[in-house]
Amino acid sequence: MPGEEIGLRNQLRARWRAQPQERRWAVTVTLQVLLAILFFFMDHALGYATLVIAALLWLRKLSDLQRLVVELVLVAALAYPQPSLAIALAIVFAVFWMPSSYRRWLLPLAALLTAVAYPFFFDRMFTIPVFGPFPDIATGVYMVVFIMMAVGLNMVVGYAGLLDLGYVAFYATGAYTTAWFASLQFPHRTIHFGAIGLFPSNLPGIHITIWLLLPLAGIFTALCGILIGLPTLRLRGDYLAIVTLGFGEILPQVAKNGQSLFGFNLTNGPNGITPLDSPGFGNHLSSWTGGFLPSNYLTCCKAHLLGHAVTSADVFFWTALLLLIFTVFCSIRLRDSRLGRAWVAIREDETAAAAMGIPLMRTKTWAYASGAFFGGLAGAYYAAFKSATFPGDFFFNISVFILCMVILGGMGNIWGVMIGAAFLAYLNQEGLANTGAWINTNIHFFGHHPNIDVPLYASGIYGAIILIVMLFRPEGLLPSRRVAAELHEGVHDEPLYDATHAG
Amino acid sequence: MAADASTPVLTRLAARRPGVISSLGLVFVALLVFWLAVNFTKGPSYFVEVLLIGLATGCVYALVALGYTLVYGILELINFAHGDVFMLGGMIAVSFATLFGLTAGSAALWPLVIVVMLIAMVCCGAINAAIEFIAYKPLRHAPRLAPLITAIGVSFILEDIGLAWKGPNYVNFPDVMPRSDAFAFYGVDVTWNKLIVLLITVPVLMVLLWLVQKTRQGKAMRAVAQDKDAAAIMGIDVNRTISFTFLIAGGLAGAAGLLYALYVTTVRFDQGFQLGLIAFTSAVLGGIGNLPGAVLGAILIGCIQAFNEGLLWHAPGSDWTESIVFAILILILVFRPEGLLGERTPEGG
Repeated sequence: MPGEEIGLRNQLRARWRAQPQERRWAVTVTLQVLLAILFFFMDHALGYATLVIAALLWLRKLSDLQRLVVELVLVAALAYPQPSLAIALAIVFAVFWMPSSYRRWLLPLAALLTAVAYPFFFDRMFTIPVFGPFPDIATGVYMVVFIMMAVGLNMVVGYAGLLDLGYVAFYATGAYTTAWFASLQFPHRTIHFGAIGLFPSNLPGIHITIWLLLPLAGIFTALCGILIGLPTLRLRGDYLAIVTLGFGEILPQVAKNGQSLFGFNLTNGPNGITPLDSPGFGNHLSSWTGGFLPSNYLTCCKAHLLGHAVTSADVFFWTALLLLIFTVFCSIRLRDSRLGRAWVAIREDETAAAAMGIPLMRTKTWAYASGAFFGGLAGAYYAAFKSATFPGDFFFNISVFILCMVILGGMGNIWGVMIGAAFLAYLNQEGLANTGAWINTNIHFFGHHPNIDVPLYASGIYGAIILIVMLFRPEGLLPSRRVAAELHEGVHDEPLYDATHAG
Repeated sequence: MAADASTPVLTRLAARRPGVISSLGLVFVALLVFWLAVNFTKGPSYFVEVLLIGLATGCVYALVALGYTLVYGILELINFAHGDVFMLGGMIAVSFATLFGLTAGSAALWPLVIVVMLIAMVCCGAINAAIEFIAYKPLRHAPRLAPLITAIGVSFILEDIGLAWKGPNYVNFPDVMPRSDAFAFYGVDVTWNKLIVLLITVPVLMVLLWLVQKTRQGKAMRAVAQDKDAAAIMGIDVNRTISFTFLIAGGLAGAAGLLYALYVTTVRFDQGFQLGLIAFTSAVLGGIGNLPGAVLGAILIGCIQAFNEGLLWHAPGSDWTESIVFAILILILVFRPEGLLGERTPEGG
């Protein structure tokens, strides 16, 4: 019940709010300084970082003039020891000086521009305490691909409220679509379509250009989603989750055992399909655009751009960003469309939605298909980037990993989901290893370093993130206001078509 | 319905129009029976031995499946972490078995095994009740998917606790099970290890049945499963009853953990996930929320697994076991969600 203080956490919060403001501030400042001193003795940089973050948190309390002065002082103080950090802070401050009506557009735009320019400056960035250096470009590609998948899953889980525990199946479908049609997997057919640039034209196997395969993979995956969804979507939420989990478990096993399905080598078994054709535009298009579109992503990169030697990872990264922009655009447009509003209506109250004339099955199936489309797209692109697909990449923990991104960021809010996904994907690829190294060198008990292999416990860490977020802030870091209200005030989520009780 | 019983059988059959799906299902079952029959005629005694393996595996599944079904019956929550509680039970059993120095052939062996089992049951019961208190209780009024999501989180945490405790490799349980024949029956060798699994499981199940059907606490459990508000009005402490249910479920998982370790002789941190899903499938197959159903489903799934892995004539083999089990899960959920024993409302009794 809103307004009533239930639970230890809310009671403590109420008691804290009842204190006079000066005392609350004094306690907060003391705690922050103590924390900074403690951290300073563990790692000097972490101590300074704590102070800077505390200062940033206090900025909200200041008047505009005070804020401006503090910001200028902060930037000026950091300009000499940490120029990259000073520039980054200046940009963040500048964005927040904009009127909030512009900020809705400016923040995503600034983030996008930073991402596009990232390959030019990532190696000159400051070192983050605990987390180490900024992620490199290959990690960047991984992050963008997983952001795409999280945005896709958000359509299913966040908008339509259907818990999908087998999202990895869509990822795998997309990846294997690329693998079948752009590799030597089927050597008895020789089909070439579109310019690839690398191979002689008589190479065996099916080789179709990636630009055709990406939409194909998306559509094929969406069809798979519809196929899975049609019989299962009438199930109740938790049963649906388990059924999707079942599909998500069957698929990697089929991939693993698929080297002789009735004597036919479909997936090359546990060895996976590798190598795949690298993406590219072919020699004609490349020379026609004066080398702007690379003929082949793996061999393209001899160009220097603004004093930066472009690597093939950069090209993969920019292409991934383009796909991400497409995904986010579609996601936002879908959310605001008639269909998207129908999804939200179903999530909140199936019975009322049906009474308003929303066709339940069709709407849910569309949610499933759209989520699957982007999962397939991301999987297809990631397979092309890695130049391989292995059945071991498609286990349940990946599904939970993507779900964790959606939950951490905030179900239903696309910006939150993107931030959560970027952070977790970075953790998975570099962050956990860096953090582990930091813990093992900087923390010691009586002269003993804990020798913890942190990346080994990745899934447990994600489990802990899920648990903590669900218990303390179920609406996620950047909540969608509507989801937050549902989670705190409760919804009428008894389904209309309940197959378990239909008899 | 009462009217159905009085009408002649043929009319009743004619009244039920066979749909496409049910005819397909019948064809499938007929093929399955044919496959089993051919396998049986090719080697009857071997077939029965495979069946016994299935029974023994099914017993372990039954203990875990009962945990799922008990919790689902009372909270309508799929306790995703249950499989990992079972895994921790196996690890606890291994630790105490090596601590006590279990050795084959010693006089104190079986009393010690019982002691280890009781320790594992108590520990797992406590763990399960603690999980309920930490992860599910605060979310009792949240949307119903919220506790399922936390359950997944808890499952991953428990798995990594097992990993941190015993490392990534298989941990050996003292090999104390005699593999000699207990008796031979028409050429079928009944070995001691399978018999012992049965001999341990059956009393545990009897105690559980007595607990749920004859005691006051069991009555409270059934009442809470039917209607929490009404039960509370009748003076039943709903929260305590739910904790008690988790305690019982955890205890069963602990017993299963010991049995599995005893029977397979190895334990590993990731065994709980797969086995938990298989056990959950068993519970769904029998009709979730239905105690005899869970046992029936578990034995069926155990036999299906044994037939698939053991039979010689056209069996898909162990590579496909999980796919088959999950396919059964999906088919049952889609076409007959109330399970084989078909209770429409899940009730703990």
